[in-house]
Amino acid sequence: MEPKPLLIELKNIHAGYNGEIIVKNASFGVRQNDFIGIIGPNGGGKTTLIKVILGLIKPRSGEVKYYYNAEVSDQLIGYLPQVHIIDKKFPISVKDVVLSGYMNKNRLIRRFSKNEKMNADLQMEKMGIAALRKKPIGELSGGQMQRTFLCRAIISSPKLLILDEPNNNVDNKFESDLYETLRKLNESIAIMIVSHDVGIISTYIKTIICVNRDVHYHNSNIIDETQLKAYNCPIQLITHGEIPHTVLKTHVHEH
Amino acid sequence: MIELFGYNFFQNALIAAIFTSISCGIVGTYIVSKRIVFISGGITHASFGGIGLGYFIGINPVLSAIVFSIMSALGIEYLSKKTELREDSAIAIMWSFGMALGIIFIFLSPGYAPNLMNYLFGSILTVSKLDIYLSLALALIVSAFFLLFFKTILFISFDEEYARTRKVGVQLMNYILISFVALTIVLSIKVAGIILVISLLTIPQVSANLFFKDFKRIVFASVILGFLGSVGGLLLSYYLNIPSGASIIFLLVVIFISMRVLKLIINRR
Repeated sequence: MEPKPLLIELKNIHAGYNGEIIVKNASFGVRQNDFIGIIGPNGGGKTTLIKVILGLIKPRSGEVKYYYNAEVSDQLIGYLPQVHIIDKKFPISVKDVVLSGYMNKNRLIRRFSKNEKMNADLQMEKMGIAALRKKPIGELSGGQMQRTFLCRAIISSPKLLILDEPNNNVDNKFESDLYETLRKLNESIAIMIVSHDVGIISTYIKTIICVNRDVHYHNSNIIDETQLKAYNCPIQLITHGEIPHTVLKTHVHEH
Repeated sequence: MIELFGYNFFQNALIAAIFTSISCGIVGTYIVSKRIVFISGGITHASFGGIGLGYFIGINPVLSAIVFSIMSALGIEYLSKKTELREDSAIAIMWSFGMALGIIFIFLSPGYAPNLMNYLFGSILTVSKLDIYLSLALALIVSAFFLLFFKTILFISFDEEYARTRKVGVQLMNYILISFVALTIVLSIKVAGIILVISLLTIPQVSANLFFKDFKRIVFASVILGFLGSVGGLLLSYYLNIPSGASIIFLLVVIFISMRVLKLIINRR
C-alpha cells in the first residue's frame, strides 16, 4: 500500500524550557489518516512534544516541516488542551468558546458569518451540547466541557486533531462517546492523542509514540513490555478488570 | 441639590464621572476577567513616579504620568513574559520603584508641591478642561477598539495559548491592551487617586459578575454601577463634607455588599 501523504514531519527535534531539554531526538512523520497514541510517564515530555508541533515552543534544534498549503497553515491543526489550564470563572459562553475555533490572524475584526454560526450550532448539536450554548463554561461538567473544547478544535475542519489527555476528569459515558467520535473523525483526518490510559485507546489507535525525554515511534498499536523497556518508557499500565488490553501484549505462553 | 448642578466645577465632575465610568467599565472587565488586577495595581503606583517627574520639571503631572504608566505597563508585560523573573515579583519592583522615584522627584522640586494629596487620594471636583478632553478621547478610543476587536480580545483573554496556536498576534494585542489599562488608570487618578483607583476597575465588575456571566453584560453593568458610585459618592462627599475619592469607593463597596446580599436572598427563595 502506498503510504499516505505527509502532513507534518519532525526532524531530530530537541526542545524544552529555560535551558533544560525536555524532549530529545524526535524524528517522525504524521500522515493523513494516522491515529497516533502518545504515551509516556508524567513529566516525560508528552505535552512539550505536542507544543512543538503546534508551534507554541520553538525547538532548540531540529526542524518541523508542515506539508500543507502554507497560505492556510493555521487551519492545519485543531487542538484540545488539557482542561485544567482553562480558567473556569472566565465570563464566556459555550457558543463563544466553540466559535473561537474560527479565530485566525486574518480575521481579527471580521464578524462571524451566518455559515459559521450555523456550523457551530450543527457541531454543538452533534456533540450533544446544543442546549448548553448560552451557558457560561464555568457551569459545565467535565464531560460537557471536553465536548465544548472538542467542538472548538474541529470546527475549522483541521487536517490533524491533537488532544492532550481528553479522558482526564470525565465520566465513562463521555469517554466511550469520545472514542467513537474520534473513530469517525479519523476517516477523514489524522489524530494524535496524549493519554495515560493506554488500555482503552489501544483499540482505536494505529501507531504509538513513546515519550520519556527520548522519543520513539512505534509503527503498530501493539507494544509489549520488552519494547517499552527498549524505548525506556516506564508507563503505568492500568488494567481494567478482565478487559484484555492489546497494548501490553501479555506473554500468553507463560500462563 | 439643584443649585449644585449650576456650579461649573460640579458639571465638570459629572462629565468626568461619565467618561471615566465608560473607560473603567470596559478596561476593568478585561482586568478582572483576565485576573491581572495585581498588574494594574503595580502600574497605578508606578505612575506616581511620573507625577513626581511632572512636578520636578514643571509640566502637567498627568502628562508625565501617562508616559510613566505606559512604560511601566509595557515593562511589566515584557519582564514577565520574556525573562525568568517571576511576574508578581516584577510587579512589586515596578510598584515600589515608581513610588520611590515620585517621592524623590517631589522632594527635589523647589518649593511646595500643591495638589499632591489630590493625586494620592483623588479630587473629582478639581478636574480641569484638559482632564475632561483626555478622558473623552480615551473613552472613545477604548470603546471603538473593544467594539472592533471584541471577539479577538475575548478569545485571547480566555485562552491565550489556543490563540497562539491559531497564529493570532497575541503579543501585540497584549501590549496594546496593557497600554489601555495604563491610560485608563492615569486618567482616573483625578477621580479616586493613586491609592484608591484600582477599586474603580474592580468593584463594579465584581458586583456585576454576581449577576452576569457574560463579558459584554459585565461591561455594561460595570459602566452603570461605576457611574452611580461616582455620582453618588460625589453627592455623599458634598453633604457629609468628606473627601470625594474615599466616599466614591465607600459607596461602591456598599453597592457590592447590597448586591451580594440580594443574590443570597434570591438564591434562598
